[in-house]
Amino acid sequence: MPDSKAVPAVELRGVGKRFGDHEALSKIDLRVMPGETVCVLGPSGSGKSTLLRCINWLEPPDWGAVFLSGVRIGVVSGPEGKRPMNDRELAAVRTRIGMVFQHFNLWPHMTALGNVIESPIHVQRRPRAEVVEEADHLLEKVGLADKRDVYPAFLSGGQIQRVAIARALAMRPDLLLFDEPTSALDPELVGEVLSVMKDLAHDGMTMIVVTHEMHFAREAASRVLFLDKGRVVEEATAEEFFERPATGRSRQFLERYNR
Amino acid sequence: MTFRVDVIVKEAPQFAAGLGNTIWLCGVSMALSLMLGALFLVPLTSQKPNVRRVAQAAVDAGRCIPFLLLTYLVYFGLPSAGVVLDKWTAALATLVLYNTAYMAEILRAGWASLPAGQTQAARAFGYSGFLLLRRIILPQLVIALGPVIGNQLIQLIKDSAFLSVITLPELTFAANEVQSYYFVPFESFLVATLLYWALCAGIEWLVRRTERWASRMRRGHA
Repeated sequence: MPDSKAVPAVELRGVGKRFGDHEALSKIDLRVMPGETVCVLGPSGSGKSTLLRCINWLEPPDWGAVFLSGVRIGVVSGPEGKRPMNDRELAAVRTRIGMVFQHFNLWPHMTALGNVIESPIHVQRRPRAEVVEEADHLLEKVGLADKRDVYPAFLSGGQIQRVAIARALAMRPDLLLFDEPTSALDPELVGEVLSVMKDLAHDGMTMIVVTHEMHFAREAASRVLFLDKGRVVEEATAEEFFERPATGRSRQFLERYNR
Repeated sequence: MTFRVDVIVKEAPQFAAGLGNTIWLCGVSMALSLMLGALFLVPLTSQKPNVRRVAQAAVDAGRCIPFLLLTYLVYFGLPSAGVVLDKWTAALATLVLYNTAYMAEILRAGWASLPAGQTQAARAFGYSGFLLLRRIILPQLVIALGPVIGNQLIQLIKDSAFLSVITLPELTFAANEVQSYYFVPFESFLVATLLYWALCAGIEWLVRRTERWASRMRRGHA
């Protein structure tokens, strides 16, 4: 059990998002303590990806507040009242939140190493030599030391996603967001990505993972958040959720995966 | 018939000056058009459909005017409207005006073909504004559009020959001067043709080098 007095790595209070008439997310409350891995499950269209995007402000929420290590993000309160963060302020926040995408989104004009060192050097302005050394460690950690000088076009999907994880880690983020990281992969390549993610969870990285991989959630998640139609239907430890799902909707959802 | 090499040798400085003028005029107007075309991306990719439509109509119209006609219009037509340009300014303005329409369209198409996810990933990693453009978007545009931009530059160089009608001393004008003074049309025009060819071959060579560099990032090269 995480210490209740500690500051959550990330906290959402009443976060909601609307697209036109469609309410994609309504009143989401979530606290993720440092070192926790929270898996967000739910049918497609349930708002899982939108939830992640609200955390790093790729989709600014329409309601509610997001706190990163206790500090509100997206909005600045000054003497003249509140105003939205500008690009530069958002950029500073985003460098503390790593993100791994379903469709990888590596930059094709850079090698594996180039992708990993790009943002630490040009956004965080850290010294190149230090960044390269750390990047080589990270590539080794995800098992791709031999691919450092290879361009993404010559890597497999699983290798690309592992580079993308190294790229996110290179920013030394306080929090890692995974948006269905294995959904676009061939089945035989899923395992290598999940095993890297399990190691990270084990090492105490704070992670929020949107996934359809129930085995991963069961093994690696500290907690599970089950979303449906933009609402939290159930929040429980992984064991509770998978052994004794509390709601009919989550039972129904799990049955479809266990069949 | 004798081939008057002596004339060509004697008038080499005039050919060189003409070639020099063609090169700098096209080079400068290409650079300006690229910048203006990039600025034109703002209305061309605007969220407001009306802004987008007007910008696209302007670009389409610009691409439909024959270069010679545009030259006449700028140099001979504008004075009636009170705008008198000397021939150098008129030449540069015509080249830039004409070429910007093409560059804007080329850049727009290239931008549209970039996968949205990479820009989004860049934003998630703290990129925005000029840094996003410089590190993530422009390199990919150059790789994708290098051959198209090179091709357009060749087109521009050939069209610039029309500037001789406003007595601008570029390469075609120089060739015409030499041939009419010495009555050597074959020699003079042949030399001009070869110089145009060499210039375009040089650009082709540059484009191929860019291509080779870019192909290291693509699957399927040898």
